[in-house]
Amino acid sequence: MSLLHAGGYQKMTNFFTVRTKSGSISFQLNIKTGITILLLSLLSLILFIISLSIGSSFVSPQAVVKQLFGFGTGEYDFVLNTLRLPRVLLAFMVGAALGVSGLILQGVIRNPLASPDIIGITSGASVGAILFIVYLMGTVSLKWLPLAAIVGAAIVSIIIYLLSWKKGVTPIRLVLIGIGVAAVMKAIVTMMLVISKDAVTTKSYLWLTGSLYGANWQDVFSMLPWILIFIPLTLLLARTVNVKELGDDVATGLGVKVQFQRLLLLFISVVLAGSAVAFAGGIEFVGLIAPHVGRMLIGRSFAGLVPISALLGGVIVLIADIVARTAFLPLDIPAGVFTAGIGAPFFIYLLYRNRNK
Amino acid sequence: MENLLSRTSLKIAGLLICLSLFIISFVLSIALGQTSIQLQTTFDAFFNYDESITEHIIITTSRTTRAVIAAVIGANLAIAGSLMQALTRNPLAAPDIFGINAGAIFFIVFSATFFSIDSLVSYMWIAFLGAGVAGVLVFFLGSLGRDGLTPIKIVLSGAAISALFVSFTQGLLVVDEQAIQSILFWLAGSVAGRSMDMLLPVLPFMLVAGLITLFLGRSINILLSGEDIAKGLGQRTVLIKVIIGVIVVFLAGGSVAVTGSIGFIGLIVPHMVRGLVGPDYRWVIPFSALVGAILLLLADIAARFIIIPQEMPIGVMTAFIGAPFFVFIARRGLSKND
Repeated sequence: MSLLHAGGYQKMTNFFTVRTKSGSISFQLNIKTGITILLLSLLSLILFIISLSIGSSFVSPQAVVKQLFGFGTGEYDFVLNTLRLPRVLLAFMVGAALGVSGLILQGVIRNPLASPDIIGITSGASVGAILFIVYLMGTVSLKWLPLAAIVGAAIVSIIIYLLSWKKGVTPIRLVLIGIGVAAVMKAIVTMMLVISKDAVTTKSYLWLTGSLYGANWQDVFSMLPWILIFIPLTLLLARTVNVKELGDDVATGLGVKVQFQRLLLLFISVVLAGSAVAFAGGIEFVGLIAPHVGRMLIGRSFAGLVPISALLGGVIVLIADIVARTAFLPLDIPAGVFTAGIGAPFFIYLLYRNRNK
Repeated sequence: MENLLSRTSLKIAGLLICLSLFIISFVLSIALGQTSIQLQTTFDAFFNYDESITEHIIITTSRTTRAVIAAVIGANLAIAGSLMQALTRNPLAAPDIFGINAGAIFFIVFSATFFSIDSLVSYMWIAFLGAGVAGVLVFFLGSLGRDGLTPIKIVLSGAAISALFVSFTQGLLVVDEQAIQSILFWLAGSVAGRSMDMLLPVLPFMLVAGLITLFLGRSINILLSGEDIAKGLGQRTVLIKVIIGVIVVFLAGGSVAVTGSIGFIGLIVPHMVRGLVGPDYRWVIPFSALVGAILLLLADIAARFIIIPQEMPIGVMTAFIGAPFFVFIARRGLSKND
């Protein structure tokens, strides 16, 4: 990859164009985008430290920083390394996955109201995960849980997509059919909860609401590959999404294989949402909010929005988890309650703003 | 619209057939179960009651109660759905899709957690309140904008309001782990393990609301011919709409208080009935009541046999039947220009 046109064309001095020689990777980065990414990273770092230091026992921020850089006294090894650090990292990754997943959906479906939970993808992941918890947990290693959730999400997404197909897929039909299919999935989850043993029920219920309680390093390392592979992959496809937002006809005219690219992007979105659900359950509305806030910050450039949505998603889940963990001590409320508490009103605001469209 | 029973005599015959189907399903609901009971014994339990026979006790205590509740709630939900579809001119309108069930449940769980309310009568009033709040919220959200109340906006605002209430409810339940197992079955919607005491406080409201609805048929027909025409014919449209809204809240809220959230009955029954008798609401309402009752009775019978020895929550059953129907309507298109 080479920076061919740094500071490029006549008036577009605010852009860096990143493009390979063949042009298969191509996007512009705005100075504003760069600054926003820096600021959000800084915010994430601050939230990391806050999240590590508060909780049922307080660890001073200085001690947290020392511990992170390997100069810890050993006093906080258990609290930080075993309990809080994996949880904080997992929260951030889950948020990032959901943010990018939602961004892709909104771009592909061209509907500002789309997100993996609203069109039913996460409900499929829940079914996959709950079947795993009820039938396979104990016999099969927990590290396959994300795969179960992703397979569930993928199957359900394919069903939704096929059912929405009627000489093509319209966004509204996709959303409506997603709601219908999600109802069936919720019914399956309820059925599994009712017929399984009490102990499994309570654990599954806690997980379904979207909790990061009990996160450990194994979770972190199982989640990491999905993030590291699929978020950069999204960046590679950014060019076609920008074109696609102009509409299917224009995109086809410009030589984009519309239906194939759409399927590939939807697949990435499904994988990211599925892996997030596997570890954190139904943390809702993050996929809806993060891309919107991103667009308010930097505008519509998809390539810029990928890292921004990832960071924002991470920040939202981190904050939700901090509040959930500390607001009602000693109780550990699922973070999903807070994301829905913020997200549902936000969704209503979006409905209001788009009321005449 | 093409419909099967176009002549009045046919409609009356259809109503009689539905009535007999209803009686058959009611009797089956009493006779069938994990202890299967002979029909003869079922009749004996009512007409020659004998305390020493176990079957008679089962029938008079649990089975009959259950059948009555399933019939009443099924009829209620179907009437509520048909009223909502008329009021909003929206083929996807139904109590659960409007977030009314989620609202009523949240209000009940909230008051049970924070105010330790546990009397059935208070639950009922709280459910009415929750149903009303959620219904009004969704109605106004869905009406925003120049094009007014469109089906897609209603469904989306219903989904948002439901998500909000459901997540709050889940939050409260997670805090109180003990309650999860006992309340989950109720949340999922069930007609089992209810006593008549739960139905009785709600029943008068339901009966009055149902009776009023039977006389509303003509007004609803006028309302459906269009706001302007209705006004021109001298109808006080706002008054009619408010009455319909209040009735819906009592029917749907009351149902949640007794059985928890049972979805999709309110959605599918009015569609089936309109296919059968056409759009005339003087017929749609009584048919909806009967078909709703039959459907819920049958769903409840099936719920007993699917995962023996356990019982499936009936809300799960109705979702399995109803959600594919929802998908079907969504595919067909919500309005002519869709």
